[in-house]
Amino acid sequence: MYAFDYEKAKGLGQAGAGLAADPEAKLLAGGMTLLPSMKHRLAAPSRLIDVSALAEMRGITSTATSTNVGATLTIGAAMRHCEVADSEEVHKSIPALAELAGLIGDPQVRARGTLGGSVANSDPAADYPAAVVGLNAVVVTDRREIAADDFFLGMFATALAADEILVAVRFQVPKRAAYAKFAQMATGYAMTGVMVADYGDLVRVGVTGAGPCALRWHEAEKALSANLSESALQGLNYPSDDLTADIHAPAEYRAHLISVMTLQAVRNLLNRK
Amino acid sequence: MTHAVMNKAPVKVILTVNGQTRQAEVESRTLLVDLIRDGLGLTGTHVGCDTSQCGCCTVHLDGQAVKSCTLLAVQADGRVITTIEGLAPGRESQLDFTTGNTTPTMPALHPVQQAFSACHGLQCGFCTPGMIMATVDLLKRHPNPNDDQIREGLAGNLCRCTGYVNIIAAVKQAAVLMASTNAGSAA
Repeated sequence: MYAFDYEKAKGLGQAGAGLAADPEAKLLAGGMTLLPSMKHRLAAPSRLIDVSALAEMRGITSTATSTNVGATLTIGAAMRHCEVADSEEVHKSIPALAELAGLIGDPQVRARGTLGGSVANSDPAADYPAAVVGLNAVVVTDRREIAADDFFLGMFATALAADEILVAVRFQVPKRAAYAKFAQMATGYAMTGVMVADYGDLVRVGVTGAGPCALRWHEAEKALSANLSESALQGLNYPSDDLTADIHAPAEYRAHLISVMTLQAVRNLLNRK
Repeated sequence: MTHAVMNKAPVKVILTVNGQTRQAEVESRTLLVDLIRDGLGLTGTHVGCDTSQCGCCTVHLDGQAVKSCTLLAVQADGRVITTIEGLAPGRESQLDFTTGNTTPTMPALHPVQQAFSACHGLQCGFCTPGMIMATVDLLKRHPNPNDDQIREGLAGNLCRCTGYVNIIAAVKQAAVLMASTNAGSAA
């Protein structure tokens, strides 16, 4: 690992100023992707600004009521996967999100990795992006709010400016939701993971792992919005043209996985009471 | 890439390791595992891979299992670290028959260590410190774990010898041992 300077940020403003002053600086939260990348010299930041303990980026708050209509669940970017997986607040308002967090990596990784780190990185096979897209989230930064549909731009690419800080993610609480994941055997990353969320008039389908970044399956959303049942998915296939092909699976396989995981998520969702 | 060759100033860190306050000067890029092994001489924590996958380097950070190869020493500043050397509560003494003196020798083993030994939950033993540290954390979350919870709880630890059968047996026995220990101390 190349040498770098390290500082613990004392506030959001200071962290932002540090990023703006040094284009080679990077934020450090859990470091579960950044530190391995640095060990392999795939990344060589000049300075790490540790935001893991910033109060502005911590905490879980829910506005959920008995009806849940219009309710939101806001999770600080520096909240660790284990904290989200174990949070009573998350279990109460969006249990599928707690389950998703509990499927990330392994216990040691969940003890360190954060929501913000995962979302800002836009790893094509990360789990959280499926939730951001599927749960119609708003990404809150130090200067603006970005709708989920506008956030993920490509592989490791997001709408965040170079010195912009992801502060929190505000999820829209659905009536019910479910996440189904087909994990890559060796790494545990999502070969394909699908979050299906029922918002009454509208059903959202967020997909990770299959393409260069998280995406929505609009055709399935349309069919499920009209008829939220397993049979609504019959005959629907996601086109494989823009999906990922690598040593693990060709694009056609991932397209098939989208169908299968969506079906499984719908099945789990309908079983949820 | 001028920063690649620049010498960055060392950083002072103070942490509690196995109950003792330890102080060290490290580079920002020093991994916690390197501080533990090279700086503090606690070589029971192993490095089995360079990719954050094997879990041999698992230690407890404020009581929670983490991979110390994927953590900077500076991130652990002010925190509480437990390594495999700090798990056992005390030392067993040994009577020297020639002198009649009692001398402290091996640390008494933690119930999880005892169970791994009794069930032979290892072959070469390289992954064992990490397995044991992960198991202690696992049993905190699931005091009476089923097979799935054990497999999931040890998903971050790789053993290239055993096939895991005896490891899972060891975790189950450890759970029984710890339940009886806790019952004993509560009585």
